[in-house]
Amino acid sequence: MNVVVCVKQVPDTTARKEFLPDNRINRAAVENVINPFDEYAIEEALRLKESQGGSVTILTMGPPSAEDSIRKALAMGADSGVLVTDPALEGSDAWSTALVLSRALARLDYDLVMTGMESTDARTGLVPAALAEQLKLASLTYASRVEIADGKVRVNRQIPGGYQEVEAVYPAVVSVVKGVNEPRYPSLKGIMAAKRKEIQKLGFSDLDLPADSAGKTGEKAKAVEVTPRPEKPAGEVIRPDSPEAAAGAIADFLQAHKFI
Amino acid sequence: MDFDLTDEQVMIRNLAREFADSEIAPRAEHFDKHKEFPYEIVAKLADLGFLGLPVPEEYGGAGADTVSYAVAVEELSRGDASVGITVAAHTSLGTMPFLLFGTEAQKQEYVPRLAAGEMLWSFGLTEPQAGSDAGATQTRAKLDGGEWVINGTKSFITNSGTRISGGVTITAMTGTREDGKPEISNLIVPTGARGYIVSRDYDKMGWRASDTHELAFTDARVPEGNLLGTRGEGFHQFLTILDGGRISVAALSVGLAQAALDSSITYAKERVQFGKPIAAFEAIQFKIADMQTEIELARLMTYKAAWLKDQGRDFRMEAGMAKLFAGEVATRAAGHAVQIHGGYGVMEEFPVARYWRDVKIGEIGEGTSEIQRLVIARLLGL
Ligand SMILES: Cc1cc2nc3c(=O)[nH]c(=O)nc-3n(C[C@H](O)[C@H](O)[C@H](O)COP(=O)(O)OP(=O)(O)OC[C@H]3O[C@@H](n4cnc5c(N)ncnc54)[C@H](O)[C@@H]3O)c2cc1C
Repeated sequence: MNVVVCVKQVPDTTARKEFLPDNRINRAAVENVINPFDEYAIEEALRLKESQGGSVTILTMGPPSAEDSIRKALAMGADSGVLVTDPALEGSDAWSTALVLSRALARLDYDLVMTGMESTDARTGLVPAALAEQLKLASLTYASRVEIADGKVRVNRQIPGGYQEVEAVYPAVVSVVKGVNEPRYPSLKGIMAAKRKEIQKLGFSDLDLPADSAGKTGEKAKAVEVTPRPEKPAGEVIRPDSPEAAAGAIADFLQAHKFI
Repeated sequence: MDFDLTDEQVMIRNLAREFADSEIAPRAEHFDKHKEFPYEIVAKLADLGFLGLPVPEEYGGAGADTVSYAVAVEELSRGDASVGITVAAHTSLGTMPFLLFGTEAQKQEYVPRLAAGEMLWSFGLTEPQAGSDAGATQTRAKLDGGEWVINGTKSFITNSGTRISGGVTITAMTGTREDGKPEISNLIVPTGARGYIVSRDYDKMGWRASDTHELAFTDARVPEGNLLGTRGEGFHQFLTILDGGRISVAALSVGLAQAALDSSITYAKERVQFGKPIAAFEAIQFKIADMQTEIELARLMTYKAAWLKDQGRDFRMEAGMAKLFAGEVATRAAGHAVQIHGGYGVMEEFPVARYWRDVKIGEIGEGTSEIQRLVIARLLGL
């Protein structure tokens, strides 16, 4: 079972975000991390490798610094990485991201493509389905459980109020939800081994795509404006003397604001 | 010159930080209060490889450098100094002596299990009558029928009395040298050796979740082959061991000081008096600015000592300066932190109270601040 996990590097979710004049997040100004949802995909892929054999490859499109996220995934146990990086790809929207990833995937050998259900920065959640569309593969989104049996991949697909069980012949694209597993920490040996693992770099010219298909020029959806969430007013801090007093104070607060 | 950590060092720092934030810090209060050794945390650290961080890969370690090790101890100690010292003592005092001085057979026998964290190991130097003057050891060992027979007492020995303590390496007088001075050697004593008793458990003010016991040797017997490396080299060996250990204790102090600073900044922004957050008062800002400055300086000296060691260069002076400075900086930082928290700083539900109790040992263990000054002065030729 060879799994390619598509991993995006995103600004740390807890960091304050700044925006560039063209309404994109200023990534240089913040600490960047692996998209938290993708960590579940990496973990799930590693588990499949452990139970089925095979390999895990990390595929990332992003700036050169996104290599850090690939390294972390390699430290968790993935075998190799591919970084698609090119100034021409900057500002790609969800559709062109999927297009670029699909072209990179064309160069790889895989049974399954895994992704997180969405990224914490742009939050479109469109890439997994768009990617399946580009690859002409089945799309199994929002999986809360993934199983391989009889040449098929079977997932519990989360829907409001419960889940569907769906299956498809693989290769297929599977996106996983938060909580599908508990992502492991990279181990120290993994960190030390990661530097010896290969990260292949691809540029726009390696993808065999028309010039206007990605990046700013390939944009189908344009961010016309961003408005930061208004600052929350400072909360009220209470320091009661006992747990009972604390419970009372919280209850009073909830009642006063008509929550209970 | 390059002040940036390498990619690997950054990854190790991030891992230690993430682990400290999510697994250690939230439970530190509990372990401290109940004086409970954090077995589960130590087991997880072992799984991740933290108990063999600077151990070469051929002996089952991660093969990371000393800078990574210092950074890791710093971050773990930011979560809980007790966890930091458990890792630091196991590594620098427990494992390193085997790597530095053990025979190949001894390295093969002990190091892989220690690096994997299957067991902890401790180093027994201090005695009731031999603290700073560690060469004044009264513990004696005599050869008898192919075995060392050991008599004596060791005080304050970290990691010696846990369920996973594999043993202790001790200094002992094994005879008298030609110049009339005592001949000191290091002996490997596994837990459970006949006549070796892990006796008193101490009730400590700080590092309460770390394990510290008194050890009693009454005609304790170990095989002759349990001599660590060369006979009569014990004095030189323990000085070298302590030089390396100082880097990790310095790192521990830096981590603890950073925790005190982080708590202080958060609290100072939250606490309102006279109609504004106390962070708006210059008196508070100056304390925080001093903490920030001193902690960064202590960190730089700690990393420099570690870096020198990684370069294979003499790092003794820098390790002494780092331990001395970081220890004293951390004590000041914890003091400021309590002061900034006011009455709440005295209350155990705020972590700064624990930092304040934990921090002082950084000026005492592995050579007091006075002894660091002596080391530095001696290296200056005084
Ligand atoms: C929590 C904890 C864990 C420890 N873990 C270990 C361990 O794992 N293994 C181990 O072997 N030891 C361990 N120690 C012991 C520690 O290394 C000693 O406590 C330390 O070296 C000081 O020795 P002492 O306590 O006997 O103090 P003393 O040496 O009696 O010192 C008392 C005071 O006199 C000062 N002083 C002594 N000599 C001089 C001098 N020549 N000039 C100026 N001032 C001087 C000291 O600086 C100190 O202020 C631990 C201690 C603690 C508290």
